[in-house]
Amino acid sequence: MTADPGLIPIGGERRIPSDRLQDLIDLLRQDDYSVVGPTVDQEAIVYDEVTSVDQLPRGWTDEQGPGTYRLARREDDALFGYVVGPHSWKKYLFPPLSTLSAADRTEQGWEMRRVEEAPPKYAFLGVRACELAAIAVQDRVFAGGPYVDPIYSGRRQSAFLIAVNCTQAASTCFCTSMRTGPRCCTGFDLALTELPGEFVIEVGSDRGGTLLARLTTDACSARTLAAAEAARQQAVDQITRRMDTTDIRNVLLTQLEHPRWQETGERCLSCTNCTMVCPTCFCSTVEEVADLKTEHVERQRRWDSCFNPEFSYVHGGLVRNDIRSRYRQWLTHKLASWQDQFGTSGCVGCGRCITWCPVGIDLTEEVAALREKPACP
Amino acid sequence: MPVSPALAPPQGDIWTPHAVRIVDVVQDTDDTRTYHVAFDDARQAARYAFRPGQFNMLYVPGAGEAAISISSRSRSGSPLLHTIRTVGNVTGALERMRVGDTFGLRGPFGSCWPLEELRGQHIIFITGGIGLAPLRPAIYHVLDHREDYGDVALLYGARTPDGLLYEGEYRDWIADGLRVQVTVDRADPRWAGYVGVVTLLLDRLPLSDPANTHVLCCGPEVMMHYTALSAFRQRIPAQNVWISMERNMNCAIGLCGHCQFGPSFLCKDGPVLRYDRVAPFLPVRGL
Ligand SMILES: Cc1cc2nc3c(=O)[nH]c(=O)nc-3n(C[C@H](O)[C@H](O)[C@H](O)COP(=O)(O)OP(=O)(O)OC[C@H]3O[C@@H](n4cnc5c(N)ncnc54)[C@H](O)[C@@H]3O)c2cc1C
Ligand code: SF4
Ligand code: SF4
Repeated sequence: MTADPGLIPIGGERRIPSDRLQDLIDLLRQDDYSVVGPTVDQEAIVYDEVTSVDQLPRGWTDEQGPGTYRLARREDDALFGYVVGPHSWKKYLFPPLSTLSAADRTEQGWEMRRVEEAPPKYAFLGVRACELAAIAVQDRVFAGGPYVDPIYSGRRQSAFLIAVNCTQAASTCFCTSMRTGPRCCTGFDLALTELPGEFVIEVGSDRGGTLLARLTTDACSARTLAAAEAARQQAVDQITRRMDTTDIRNVLLTQLEHPRWQETGERCLSCTNCTMVCPTCFCSTVEEVADLKTEHVERQRRWDSCFNPEFSYVHGGLVRNDIRSRYRQWLTHKLASWQDQFGTSGCVGCGRCITWCPVGIDLTEEVAALREKPACP
Repeated sequence: MPVSPALAPPQGDIWTPHAVRIVDVVQDTDDTRTYHVAFDDARQAARYAFRPGQFNMLYVPGAGEAAISISSRSRSGSPLLHTIRTVGNVTGALERMRVGDTFGLRGPFGSCWPLEELRGQHIIFITGGIGLAPLRPAIYHVLDHREDYGDVALLYGARTPDGLLYEGEYRDWIADGLRVQVTVDRADPRWAGYVGVVTLLLDRLPLSDPANTHVLCCGPEVMMHYTALSAFRQRIPAQNVWISMERNMNCAIGLCGHCQFGPSFLCKDGPVLRYDRVAPFLPVRGL
């Protein structure tokens, strides 16, 4: 059997010098992909369309803790030397705002039609292991049930995923507890490991292997491969935060009257930040957008949050009329009922909700506390 | 944890409503009307089918969507009916519509009453007010297949005699073999029937065979809670009690997150749920 020269097999690893990463971006753009990657904006590393490696956060890193995030200079020129920022790829696959349908008033009455969207073709550059896991979670939510969301699945099918293995971790990361990282194992087309001055690129799919074969790359020396392994191990070693997930579904769903909910409900501002930054949160609402005479009306879906009071209104009032019950809904959904609904945890351990909570509520601490003192019977 | 066999999702685009036209409107009570609607698109009319207990999302452009149960016979060819109480935006906009007007409809959605599984069994329908609407298709089904079921009873409550739905049909239902008992919270001079909460009717109902008796219940959560307690006192097993629940419904297809109740999405695992499967969550305030 001879290897197809046009395809580097899955699992194959090649090397490029850092100054040739631009070739990868150029090649993707030639193939009509919009390349989205990390850039620095408003003192954070966020995802945006990139055309040049110069837009990447060269030499920047992020320092994170409960309720804190700040950028800092690195001592080197690493392009992916940060962890995760406030954005996640969900804003491209599940857009914050999208049009679902349109209605026009005619002589005969209302006519309703679908609003066709040619799904944009994205290449994501810099997807972390926890983010690959988050995409896999949203795949189950939007495309795994009896009803498939056409907007998500259209975008998802064409998306090209270039992962980046973490070589460092933030204090808020706990992917090892959630078994989602830091190593990128599955779900990518290509995965990079960044070393000083070079990248090791691993192939994760035939699509990735075909693309990589079109790029000028070198074989990896044993030393390079060992250095890449050591760099990835460094991330594992830096992870200190833990969450005990043993039987977590039952632990949470049998502690619905635990006094901790009240205590945390008193700290939580119900600001929705945690749900906006979470890469798996999927709640949405639909609004009517009408012209002045209400003759053309569109239905627009926008991100919603279980922390919005009106999220739970029914005739007769709000079901979750206090912050305690809203925080409880969020955490029990994420860590417990998500398992019933989608066969997976809703948390991938990225730590964003810890970092971006203005009052620093930390779900790993919450889980520990809920395990600690059982509620009075 | 779907409680009834997975229902085939409606064909075509899950987000785009189909246009329906009002054929007839019947004023049931002060604030409640029954709308007979028909699809503009003949192909959609031909393929549309639902099971008793399911609901549609009715859409008034500019006002939005509301979840409304289907209150008609599920047999194909029957007129499609919705019984709607005016409470807000969408129901208010529907109230202002007239015969010939159009609006949008997506559906059917949700789980159904387990009527196939209950063949050969006794059934008690227990409900109050507008809750009779989602049960009416089940009542029709049972009466249309009367020989397939044992004793069947409807226990129905309303705040006042004026609030009773479908009053003109009770006589036919009784003739078809349904035991009908009606109660009101507040009587008026012409009322000669029961007064009090509907669960009292269940307490007093003589049952020949509680182990094979099933309760199908729709109402406010407290009412369903007391119904279950009363059923248990009557020695009806917990797994024989079925309830239909309500939460904020937005997408109806399990994608928007609004209708969660513990582990269930009420739009696709519900609205009809087996009581014992959700019982631990029912008393939890704010879930
Ligand atoms: C499965 C299911 C089946 C149903 N079947 C039927 C049926 O057969 N017939 C029927 O009449 N109804 C039925 N309903 C109930 C119906 O869907 C609701 O009453 C729906 O809210 C009506 O929509 P609306 O736009 O008219 O009211 P809305 O405008 O949504 O108002 C509903 C209520 O919420 C309040 N409200 C509105 N906005 C807010 C807010 N932001 N914050 C707090 N409160 C607010 C309003 O004051 C009002 O009391 C069903 C519901 C479900 C879930
Ligand atoms: S719950 Fe928090 S840590 Fe878990 S995936 Fe969401 S944002 Fe990340
Ligand atoms: S937990 Fe924190 S981020 Fe989430 S709603 Fe409460 S205050 Fe906001």
